[in-house]
Amino acid sequence: MSILPLIGFTTPWLLAALAVLPIIWLVLRAVPPAPIRRMFPGIVLLLNARDDDQVTEKTPWWLLLLRVLALGAAIIGFAGPVLNPEGRNEAAGSGPLLVVMDGGWASAADWTDRLEGVATYLDGADLDQRPVAFLQLTDPHEPVFQPANAVSLSIRGLLPHPWRPGDMSDVITLLPDENFDTVWVSDSLSFDGRGDLLDALDAKGDVSIIEPDNSVYVLRPGAYENNVLTLTAERMNEGPETVLQLQGHGPDPSGRATILMNAELAFEEGATEARIELSLPSELRARIERFAVQGVRSAGAVTLPDDALRRREVALISAREEREGLQLLSPLHFLSKTLEPSADLLTGSLSDLIPANPDVIVLADVAQLGAVEVAELQEWVERGGLLLRFAGPRLAASDVSRDEEDPLLPVRLRSGGRTVGGAMSWGQPKGLAPFPDTSPFFGLTIPDDVFVTSQVIAQPDPTLADRVIASLADGTPLATRKMLGQGQVVLFHVTANAEWSNLPLSGLFVQMLERLSVSSLMERPAAEELEGTVWKALEILDGYGNIEPADTLPGVSGPDLVSKDLGPDLRPGLYQGQSRILARNVIETDTVLTKAQWPTGTRLRVFERPQETVLMGYVLAGAIILFALDILASLWVSGRLSARVMRKVSAGMIVLGVLTGLPQPSSAQETDLDIEQAIAATSEVVLAHILTSNQRVDELAQAGMRGLGETVFFRTSVEPEPPHGVDLETDELAFYPLLYWPIDPAQPTPSDRAYAKLNDYLRSGGMILFDTRDADVTRFGSNTANQRKLRELAAPLDIPPLEPVPQDHVLTRTFYLLQEFPGRHQGREIWVEAAPANAELAEGMPFRNLNDNVTPVVIGGNDWAAAWATNERGLPMVQIGRGFAGERQREVAHRFGVNLVMHVLTGNYKSDQVHVPALLERLGQ
Amino acid sequence: MNAETASNVLNLRRDAQEEASKLPALLARAEQLANTMMLGEHGRRRAGQGDNFWQYRPMQPGDSYRSIDWRRSARGDEQFVREKEWQIAQSVLLWLDPGQSMRYSSHANWPQKAERARVLVLALAILLQKGGERVGLTGFSLPPQRGAAQVLRLAEAFCVEDNADYAEPEARGMIPHARAVFVSDFMGNLDAVRAALAKATDRGVHGVLLQVLDPSEEEFPFEGRTIFQSMGGGIENETLKASSLKSQYLDALAKRKEELSNLAQLSGWRYQCHHTSESAQSALLWLYSALDGGQG
Repeated sequence: MSILPLIGFTTPWLLAALAVLPIIWLVLRAVPPAPIRRMFPGIVLLLNARDDDQVTEKTPWWLLLLRVLALGAAIIGFAGPVLNPEGRNEAAGSGPLLVVMDGGWASAADWTDRLEGVATYLDGADLDQRPVAFLQLTDPHEPVFQPANAVSLSIRGLLPHPWRPGDMSDVITLLPDENFDTVWVSDSLSFDGRGDLLDALDAKGDVSIIEPDNSVYVLRPGAYENNVLTLTAERMNEGPETVLQLQGHGPDPSGRATILMNAELAFEEGATEARIELSLPSELRARIERFAVQGVRSAGAVTLPDDALRRREVALISAREEREGLQLLSPLHFLSKTLEPSADLLTGSLSDLIPANPDVIVLADVAQLGAVEVAELQEWVERGGLLLRFAGPRLAASDVSRDEEDPLLPVRLRSGGRTVGGAMSWGQPKGLAPFPDTSPFFGLTIPDDVFVTSQVIAQPDPTLADRVIASLADGTPLATRKMLGQGQVVLFHVTANAEWSNLPLSGLFVQMLERLSVSSLMERPAAEELEGTVWKALEILDGYGNIEPADTLPGVSGPDLVSKDLGPDLRPGLYQGQSRILARNVIETDTVLTKAQWPTGTRLRVFERPQETVLMGYVLAGAIILFALDILASLWVSGRLSARVMRKVSAGMIVLGVLTGLPQPSSAQETDLDIEQAIAATSEVVLAHILTSNQRVDELAQAGMRGLGETVFFRTSVEPEPPHGVDLETDELAFYPLLYWPIDPAQPTPSDRAYAKLNDYLRSGGMILFDTRDADVTRFGSNTANQRKLRELAAPLDIPPLEPVPQDHVLTRTFYLLQEFPGRHQGREIWVEAAPANAELAEGMPFRNLNDNVTPVVIGGNDWAAAWATNERGLPMVQIGRGFAGERQREVAHRFGVNLVMHVLTGNYKSDQVHVPALLERLGQ
Repeated sequence: MNAETASNVLNLRRDAQEEASKLPALLARAEQLANTMMLGEHGRRRAGQGDNFWQYRPMQPGDSYRSIDWRRSARGDEQFVREKEWQIAQSVLLWLDPGQSMRYSSHANWPQKAERARVLVLALAILLQKGGERVGLTGFSLPPQRGAAQVLRLAEAFCVEDNADYAEPEARGMIPHARAVFVSDFMGNLDAVRAALAKATDRGVHGVLLQVLDPSEEEFPFEGRTIFQSMGGGIENETLKASSLKSQYLDALAKRKEELSNLAQLSGWRYQCHHTSESAQSALLWLYSALDGGQG
């Protein structure tokens, strides 16, 4: 490949100017450097002197060369050189052209590159006037030959699909009859029928395959065993050692989507598989909604865990054990055996377990509950809990739900229950009737050898029929269910052990519990087990691995969900059945991926081409550097470059260098400044105000803090330094005990980082005085722009409950005894952290024993800064009120400021009861 | 009065004020420089007219009775005559090169030669005036006088500048047996200097030649193609490679210094070269001692 095609010019005709260079050479050669005129009194001594050396009559050749080079570079630069210019004809040829793309998830990672590549082909085809048709194998439509530019418009919006190409025989029938050449952009993964399609295309004309050499990365679903979650990633091409980041996304405790875990997936050199074992707390594991490989935008690199990863918490409660050691008779024995592999079991007393908020509470033969327990349990069920109750001798003997339906039992019960098929009764033990289709157990096969010998009997009731979910062959209810709030109460009318029936011994019992999602399956259910169920898509993945809502998609039948291939009708995502959630991932545990192998003789191309680079800037910069050198050289030749000039020039160069390329010195300076400011802020008490974007507000706040500082300095032993303006984004807040935050409707909302800093500040004992500065226009319940802004600004802050300053708040007596807190305005509503609910007025004490710490916020609108503000000479800047009353108001405002600073610095010191007698004396009580 | 005359008057006034504004500064600097030296009235170290006691000597024939010191004579039988030290004032004539060549400085940190020379000469004048000498200019414009007002007049006179490229020493109006101080860069015609010295020596006037030079005149730090111009623009010399002239220039300068030195020696004067980069005080010290030394 010659070098020439690599460089193109945007305006090549400018290069003709290069012909002028020789002329310029001649002209420059004839002009020697101009002499300098110098005043010099000593000239008389030289009147007879003669030069004995006359070399500089002509410009030296190297200077000429420098100039011509600089000029040449400028000409070439302006001609617009471009490295690897685009628009080279990739698709030379004639006749129709078919562009085929696999378009599955495997190509999502570099989808835009592919589209751009296809677009260059289309451009080439456009130049050759070839008709072009387009075919995406994951979403085949009949290809229609059109002008290339029409096709290139239509492919711009194409998206990769989150599935692989489907049935190729359909696609082959779609192919046009005429002959055409084919460009096939492959995903580099093999799929069924690919060979057939290739043959069919070969028969029509030339086929060139384009296969980007990017490796395809996929992530297999996690497997959970022995508290270890194993995730496997694979890549198609063996490559060098690579480390990818595995991320687990999910909601944080406050419900915001965030990254819950990060782990490294390390591919060793030459390995195609990377495995990572995670042992996550079950709490965290349950919250992870999707695992993804960071940086690989493909549905294949995302896996959605379903309930399989989630272990439900089941609380088991039975009546008091009467005898030790009889494990097999324990009402909970079979339950715990059944649930242990798939659920976390909790045991203990009911009042301890309800606050732990388990998913399921099992009451095995518990009849009587205390009134408090009933209320708590009912509340828990209504919030979505599943209460599973088993009958037993105690329940049968009790009067629970006898006359009136107990809220925690689905039905009313007859006294005593019945026994069938025993030694003392008629009849045979009863088998189970088939489950009705309204039952959650619908579809389960009933083994022949399950019999019930005893049960509690439900009272016939109008609602009974709806509540029965399983019944015996004679129609008596075996399991009943009642919805309660968002939760449900299920009663098995038999015991949880083998005393009344052998149901707990059968596999059906396990399946029934699974259907009730008491236990969760580790294994994906077989298609037969899901017979008759319909699953609704909760969220689906697009080709890039992004989650999309799935509101509009129709339901999917259970067998299809687990056995059908992914396609337009079955998208990868999470599907919700009656009581559990199943995930269909792009890559399942057993998905086989093979690299596409193309028959020998196929024209295989790599899709990569060098990026077009505009060289104009570099060449022109070179020209400028040459010109600068020329200036120095000319100065040197003509003797104007004395040592002094040299020093200046080099200083200038250094300055230029610093300005253009080297950020280090400035950042070093910045940290120096930071450190200086930090030292200034911490060596003395420094009041601070938060910088809004409004200069006037900031100036007034600065003046206000200065005035307050002066007042505090004169009246108390606190001697603050001049105040600082604090930028929330860049400055450290921890140095300042008190931040004054004037609210301006136009100020920008701080970033998340700034909020994190603010919350840290508030939690660690700092105080922010919010001032909406509009108490003159606000009334109770009104809503000014400043208040709305304050609400917006303060929403993400960690602010405790507030109340208007109570009469006995510490703020009223930290230094001065105050009952109102005016600023420029005299609004009454000042809000501080609410007193704890149990604060009580002790006998003989004037004050309640209130908060034990500093209130983190004081919120008001009295525009205190204006009242405090003084100029440099200590004179007030803002007129407050009228006449003496106004001055009095300013004085009280200053006193409030002093109290505030004192409160921040001394906390609840004045709340200490030690001072009460003295205070009482002063109050005259 | 037409407008042109008015503007001329205005210009004149402005220039005059500008010039006058230099005076206090010049005086102040000169005073400051002069104050660095401690002086007293110098006696002649022999008996003569004066105020200070010199010696008692026995009365000799020819002494008038009035000259007998009765207080001393009353102690003994001999008559004594009280002699006083002979105190006379010396006349010092100053010449400061007013030519344009003196208005040269090669670096912002160094004063012009003229400025340095002016300060030096005026400081010398102040010192001499304090020492009770009579100070004046050569020529007829300002004859030597005593008194502080003379310093002011001198300062005024030094601020007058000449337009000639190189000025020639003024040797007229020499008072016999006076002292003279010539301060210049001596870049102009040496014959004029020679003639002036000859004239002075004829009248028994001795003195000092102080050559004030800029450091660049000593070093010739020029390179490249250069057109050299005298300060007034009267003389031009073009060179294609200034650095090649350096040795020639330095030779010529050394030769001139030697000539001046020889000239001074021959006529009993003293010669010194001073650079504007050096301290003015040392030059003043030298000037003063050179003058004083000749008085012994």
